[in-house]
Amino acid sequence: MRRCVITFLGLVVALSGCSRRKPVNSSLTSKVQGTQIVEVSGGKQVAGVGSKLTDPVVLQVNGADGNALAGALIKLSGDGLVFTPAEALTDASGQASAAVQLGGIPGNYEIVAETPKSGGDTATVIVREVALGYQAKLGREISDKYCRTCHDPESSPERVSNFDNLTPPQPHQFSDGNVLNRWTDADLIRIIADGGPVLGKSPQTPAYRNTLTQVQIKAVVAYIRAIAEPPYQSPARER
Amino acid sequence: MSQRNPIAKMVRLFAGTAPRRFASVSVLLAVVAAIAPTQDFFSQWRYYQRRYKELIRTRADAHRLERRFVPGIHQIWIPEQHVVDRCTTCHVALQETSLGDVRKEPFRPHPPMPHSLTEFGCVVCHHGQGAATTVQEAHYSTKAWEQPILPARYTEASCGQCHMDALGGTPQLNLGRRLLARYGCAHCHAIAQPDGTLVAPVDEPPSLQHIAEKTSREWIFAWIKNPQAYAASATMPNYRFSDHEAVDIASFLVSQSTSSANSRAPLPKNVSFTKSVDPVQEGTSLYGTLFCASCHAIQNAAGNLVGGEMAPELTRVGSKVNPEWLSRWLRAPQGYDPKTRMPRYRFDDMQVALLSSFLLSKKDEDFLANVRLAQSDAASIAHGKKLVSDYGCAACHRVNGVAPPESFAPDLSRIGSKPLFQVGFLRGMPETLPDYIAGKIRDPRAFGPALKMPTFNLTDTQVEALTTALLAQTDRAVTMPPELVRSSPRPKYHPGGDPGRLMEDLRCQSCHTINGNGGDMAPDLTFEGSAVRRTWLLDFMKNPNTLRPALIRRMPKFNLSDAEIQGLSDYMLYAYQASGFDSQALDQSTLNADAAARGKQLFYEKYACQSCHVADYKRDKGYVGPALADVGNRLSPVWMYRWLNDPAAFLPGTPMPNFNLTEAEAHDVTAFLTTLKEHKKGGSK
Repeated sequence: MRRCVITFLGLVVALSGCSRRKPVNSSLTSKVQGTQIVEVSGGKQVAGVGSKLTDPVVLQVNGADGNALAGALIKLSGDGLVFTPAEALTDASGQASAAVQLGGIPGNYEIVAETPKSGGDTATVIVREVALGYQAKLGREISDKYCRTCHDPESSPERVSNFDNLTPPQPHQFSDGNVLNRWTDADLIRIIADGGPVLGKSPQTPAYRNTLTQVQIKAVVAYIRAIAEPPYQSPARER
Repeated sequence: MSQRNPIAKMVRLFAGTAPRRFASVSVLLAVVAAIAPTQDFFSQWRYYQRRYKELIRTRADAHRLERRFVPGIHQIWIPEQHVVDRCTTCHVALQETSLGDVRKEPFRPHPPMPHSLTEFGCVVCHHGQGAATTVQEAHYSTKAWEQPILPARYTEASCGQCHMDALGGTPQLNLGRRLLARYGCAHCHAIAQPDGTLVAPVDEPPSLQHIAEKTSREWIFAWIKNPQAYAASATMPNYRFSDHEAVDIASFLVSQSTSSANSRAPLPKNVSFTKSVDPVQEGTSLYGTLFCASCHAIQNAAGNLVGGEMAPELTRVGSKVNPEWLSRWLRAPQGYDPKTRMPRYRFDDMQVALLSSFLLSKKDEDFLANVRLAQSDAASIAHGKKLVSDYGCAACHRVNGVAPPESFAPDLSRIGSKPLFQVGFLRGMPETLPDYIAGKIRDPRAFGPALKMPTFNLTDTQVEALTTALLAQTDRAVTMPPELVRSSPRPKYHPGGDPGRLMEDLRCQSCHTINGNGGDMAPDLTFEGSAVRRTWLLDFMKNPNTLRPALIRRMPKFNLSDAEIQGLSDYMLYAYQASGFDSQALDQSTLNADAAARGKQLFYEKYACQSCHVADYKRDKGYVGPALADVGNRLSPVWMYRWLNDPAAFLPGTPMPNFNLTEAEAHDVTAFLTTLKEHKKGGSK
C-alpha cells in the first residue's frame, strides 16, 4: 500500500517536471551568420498607445565584407511590444521586416533586434518607437495646427512649411532633444504662453496665452517631451 | 488482516461510534473556521498591497506615500452611471504622480487624462468587471462577465460614448467617425449616436437613373467587378460578383436608364481648332487654372494622386464617359443629377471643348480592352434587377424601379456592447469584440459566403479607426445621463431667395461654411459682409485670385455675369454681418500716418506678423496666414480692428493667435494695415 502511494507521488513529481514548456529553440535556423545588423527603416515612428505602427520595421544583416546577407536569422524582442513575426530569415536582399504593435503605456519603446554571429555571439541593434498617450495626442493635434508650420521644415505639401520663410534665428524642431531636453517644463510653458521675448528669444514665437488653455499648453509640452530625440529624461521628482 | 490495515484503524478511531463521529466533525469545523480567514490573507489584492508597500519603502518620498496609502479594499461608487469600481484596490498609485518612473503594473500612476478618477471611475473607459478583486475576473472575459478590458489601442472609443464632436486628443475616433460617414456605412446600417442623432452619410453616390447617357454597359461591368481597378481612390466597395452577375446588373442598369433633363439640351457648338492649338494641352492648363484639382484628383506619372478627394478621381475618365454626355455635364451638371455637388460653371463653348479634350485624353486603353459582353436579354435584365434589389444597391444609388430598402443591414447603434454569445467567431481568430468588428470590416465575406456586405478598400489604420468609432456605440452610451452627453448643434443653414438659388447653383457650401453649415475647404463666410469691402468683393468674384499662395486648392472661376456678381455681392454684404460693426466701433479719423508708423513698428518688431503674413512682397515671406499686401483694399478697418482684438470671436478655431493687443495697439496696427494697397494680380510668391 505504502509502495503504491510512493509510486503515485513519484509519478506526480515526474510528470510535473515535464511541464508544457515551449521549445526554446526557434523553428527557424540561421543558414548564414553575419557580423552586423542595421536598421533600414521603420524606426522613430510616433503612434497612439497600443496601435500598430503604419510602417513595418525593416532590418538588414551584413556579412564580414559589409554586404547584405540572405538567409540570416533576425530575432526581435522588446518590453511590451508585439511583433509579427518575432523572428525571420533575411530575404534575397538581406533584409527582413516585421509589423510592430506598441504597448499600452505611453512612452518610448525599444526594439532589440539580434542576429547570431559566428562564435556564439550575437550582433544587436536597438530601434526606438514612440507611443503617445491621451495628453501627447492632444499636444500633437495642437502642434499640427499652431506650431508645425514653422517648427517643422518637413511639413507636408498640403500645409507647406513656413520654416524657411522665417528670419533667423530659425525655430527648433520639436523632436530636437539635444536642445529642448535642457529646457525645463516651466520654461517651455512660459515661452508658449507668453511668446519668445519673455525668454529673450525671437518675437516670431507668438504668445498663445489667450489662444490656448493651460491644459492645451501642457499637452504641447508633453508632446515635445514624448518625441524628443534623444529621449527626454524627466528630472527626479523629490518632495 | 484488517487489524493491520492503518486506514481501517483510522476510520474506526474517528468514526467508529456516534459520539466519535460528532466529535470529529466538530473538530473539523473548528479547524476550517480557523483557517478560512487565511484565504483572505493570501488574496491577490493583499499581495499587491504588500508589494506596493515594499516598493515605496525605498523611495525618496516614502514617508509621504506611506501616509497617503490606505490599506483595504477601495471602491469608486457612482450610482447614476452604474459604476462600482474596485480597480484602485490593486492599482493603488493611480494618482501618485511622483511614481512616474515606475513601469510595473499595477503600480503605475495613470497618465494625464481629461477626467478625474472619481468622476467616472475606471470601467466607463476601460471596460472590464469593476467590482472584481482578482486579476482574472477584473480583466478577462469570464462566464459571469463577458466584457474584458478594452485593448489600449481602442481606448479612444470610450470618449465617444459621451462626446459627439471631434476632440483634440482622440484622432483615431475622429477619423473613424469621418470614415463611417464618408464610406457610406450609414446608407445601409442605422447608427444612432448617444445624442439620438443618426450618423449621416456625407458621400453622395451618383444617381443611376440616367446612367446609359453617361457611360457604357461594358464600363459598368468592369466597374462593378473591381471599382479600384478603374480608380484607386474609389470608395465604392467590391461585391465580388461573378462575371455573370456583373453582366446582368450592368444590363439591368442600362435598361432602367431614362433620359435626363440634359439629354434635351442642345449640344455645345462644335469648336474647330486651328492647327497651332493643341486642345489637350490647352485643356490641361485650363483644368489647372480653373482649380478643378481642388476637388478632383488625377494620378500623375509617378502614380501619386494629385488633387482633392471631394469629387471622383479622373485618372481614367476618358475610358468611362460618353463625349456628348461630358460636354452637357460640363455645361449643367444639375441637369443630369440634381443632387450633385459639382457647381454649374458658366463655361463658354471653347472652354467646354478644351476641358472635354483634356478629360477624354485621360484614357486607359487597357481598361476595357478585354471586356466583350453578350447582347442583353430579358432574363438577364430581370436577374440583374433582382441582384440590385437583393444587394441593396438602392440604399446608396437612385435606381428607377427599385425603392431604397429600409433597415437593410443590422442596426449598429449598440454594436460596442454586442454580447459575445451572439457573435460567430471565425476559427482561429481571437474571440474578442474588437477583433470581431475589425475582422468583419476587413473581410465581411469571410464570415459566411452568403453575407451581402461588400469588401471595402481600407488600410489597417482605417479599419482600426472604424472599429474604434463602432466600439463607442455601447449600451452605456445609451444609458448615460443625458446631461453628460456633449454635442454641439449641427445647423442646416441654406441661403434663401434668388441669391440663395444662385449660391445653390454654384454649390458655394460645398467648400464654404456659412452659419455653421458647409464644407471646410474654403474660408467661413458667416461674417464676410462685415469683413470685406464691396469693391474688393466685386473684383474677387470676377477674378478670384488666391490670398494664400501656399494652398493648392483655390476658388474656381465661375464666369459669372456682372449682374450675378453684383446681386451676389450685395446679398453677402447685407446678409453676412456680425453685430456691433457700425461706425462707432472705431474712430476712423485717427487712422493717420503717425498711427500707421507706430502700427508698422508693432507689426514688424513687437509682434513679428511678417513671420506668417506678407505685407510687402519685396521683403516678407511668411505664408501661414493670408497675404496682407492688398489688405487695405480688401478688409474694412472696423473688421481689422475687431479681428485683431479677438480673432476666435469671429472664427472659432482659427490658427491666428489672440495677441491680447491693447486698444491703442490694435488701433495702430489697423492704421498700418489700411495703408497696404499694393494691387498685385496672382498673388503667388
